[in-house]
Amino acid sequence: MALNTIWVHAEVGGDKPSSITLELISKARTLAGTVEAFYAGDNADAVAADLGQYGVSKVYTVATEGLQGIPVASAMAAQIGAGNKPDLIMFGSTYDGRDVLARLSVAIDRPVLTNNTDVSVEGDEVRVTTAVFGGTSDVTTAFRCEAPHLASFRPKSFVAEPGGAATPEVVAAEATEQGKVTVHERHVEEHSGPILDEAAVVVSGGRGLGEAEKFEMVETLAKLLKGAPGASRAIVDAGWVPYSYQVGQTGKVVKPDVYIAVGISGATQHMVGMKGSKTIIAINKDAEAPIFSIADLGIVGDVHKIMPKLIEALQQR
Amino acid sequence: MNVVVCVKQIPDPATPGALDPSTNLMKRDGKLILDDSDAYGVEMALQLVSDAGGGEVTLVSMAPNDEKSGLRTGLAMGAAKAILVSDPALAGSDALGTAKVLAAAIKRAEPDLVITGTESTDGYTGTVPEQIAAILGFASITFAKSIQIADGTAKVDRQTEAGYDEVSAPLPAVISVTAGVVEPRYPSFKGIMAAKSKPVDSLTVADLGIPADQVGAAGARQEIISVSPAEERQAGEIIEDDGESHLKIVQFLESQKVL
Ligand SMILES: Cc1cc2nc3c(=O)[nH]c(=O)nc-3n(C[C@H](O)[C@H](O)[C@H](O)COP(=O)(O)OP(=O)(O)OC[C@H]3O[C@@H](n4cnc5c(N)ncnc54)[C@H](O)[C@@H]3O)c2cc1C
Ligand SMILES: Nc1ncnc2c1ncn2[C@@H]1O[C@H](COP(=O)(O)O)[C@@H](O)[C@H]1O
Repeated sequence: MALNTIWVHAEVGGDKPSSITLELISKARTLAGTVEAFYAGDNADAVAADLGQYGVSKVYTVATEGLQGIPVASAMAAQIGAGNKPDLIMFGSTYDGRDVLARLSVAIDRPVLTNNTDVSVEGDEVRVTTAVFGGTSDVTTAFRCEAPHLASFRPKSFVAEPGGAATPEVVAAEATEQGKVTVHERHVEEHSGPILDEAAVVVSGGRGLGEAEKFEMVETLAKLLKGAPGASRAIVDAGWVPYSYQVGQTGKVVKPDVYIAVGISGATQHMVGMKGSKTIIAINKDAEAPIFSIADLGIVGDVHKIMPKLIEALQQR
Repeated sequence: MNVVVCVKQIPDPATPGALDPSTNLMKRDGKLILDDSDAYGVEMALQLVSDAGGGEVTLVSMAPNDEKSGLRTGLAMGAAKAILVSDPALAGSDALGTAKVLAAAIKRAEPDLVITGTESTDGYTGTVPEQIAAILGFASITFAKSIQIADGTAKVDRQTEAGYDEVSAPLPAVISVTAGVVEPRYPSFKGIMAAKSKPVDSLTVADLGIPADQVGAAGARQEIISVSPAEERQAGEIIEDDGESHLKIVQFLESQKVL
């Protein structure tokens, strides 16, 4: 049995719906007759039109001051309180997605199931699947309460595919409460080249590089391969590169054609962010490094010897 | 200024986790330690209280079996006291149940500020902090990269997808801090000795006045249907660098048509 209605918390990257939003909507379309979105942000009409290409039939817009958590959750809760009840509400495991999800769970007293990689409907039961122990096991859990069910999903869990084209109705959903947080200024980190989570090639560096300056080798190689540079948390925490480079459980999930891990041990929290890559190359001086257990090509050796030669060989082509 | 830090006590992440086959819940027997993710919060709180020139840091934790070893670590770092909620009725609690318990315990400490980690190492729902704030009716800021307190206001740099936002909120507030915001201090020998006699207030669910059906497995209102091994990736070719291994990489890249 399919569901009647799914709501998706829609977010944008720049002025377009973010990939996670389109992934969630594409999945929702296969599970429910009606897919609707909640959106708090600028250019609602343009964003709604884009969401329509993926089958969203109605977009609720929420006016927010400050952060999204309280206003968007209060607008959803008000709709639900008025009897407009979806079966399932899907969120991305993102900064704002989590805030809204958590506030809503308290507002309507529902459990949340987070960081899922799949969702299915069995009879009238909604089930979600999440990866545990660094992605070595999948746990499937069923909601045992009254709808709406609340769940968040990791990026790249589903494939974004246009379909079910519609011209969505755009309606304002009133936020019954605004938060007390003021946003003074938004800083955007500049970057060139492809975006980390969309690049066909990702070259990531870890503590094995030895020092911050050596990250340049990672950047050079990424550029030569028209890919994006990434990083382990160890070197993000050490301040070598900004957080936006981080791949893993608390960073980005990437699924490139080729992932090159340079001086990265392969901690489970790193691997959950890159295990889905089509192919993996690892360079590490320790033959026992866990990263080798998932590498298609593993080179046991010193990054300081191998990387310069590799870069030179590619530059000469 | 009084600051509460929520600290989770978890099985040592160095030992592989396992599910209890009879309940499908994460095994949490044996000795627990202070979650690394929360050591940053403890350090941040100690620094803020010291900057404010007065007040104290109270740790709040929910853990099975009256477990205190992780709390002792935080007390040894310099926290003044701790509240521990431990009750067999809490087994199987989900994020919302946990937040209900922690919020009730936090209330007792009447804090100006509550600090948490962004996500725990073993549960990583990342929703508990914001749920606590919602229950307490506090302002909340997640993913803080830095915190400054002045005139009853918290100024925070909050991590975002694209960079960071400068935001502020009036106290009382719940703020979750990212790993690496501060360098957690190592407990000194004196600190470790002092921690042994610092007060730990042990409470049950009934002490907090929370109905038992709101927490634990009953409150979680969910059921694990199956646990299955994930599709495993196979290791491919592993070679020792002989000075020419970069050519192997070039070849591989060619075979993948990225060159
Ligand atoms: C809640 C939580 C969330 C986390 N989230 C993430 C996350 O999102 N992403 C993430 O990456 N981590 C995450 N971590 C951290 C993770 O557990 C590891 O600590 C981290 O990934 C290690 O980074 P690393 O591989 O660079 O460093 P290390 O583990 O120190 O590995 C360095 C590697 O470099 C090799 N090496 C050293 N010198 C050389 C050389 N000259 N040549 C070749 N190889 C060399 C070593 O053999 C070693 O294998 C998280 C941890 C927790 C607790
Ligand atoms: N059982 C617990 N006891 C104390 N604090 C907790 C507990 N569970 C979660 N927290 C706090 O909430 C943060 C986020 O946890 P989580 O939502 O599980 O990812 C942690 O870093 C802790 O600060």
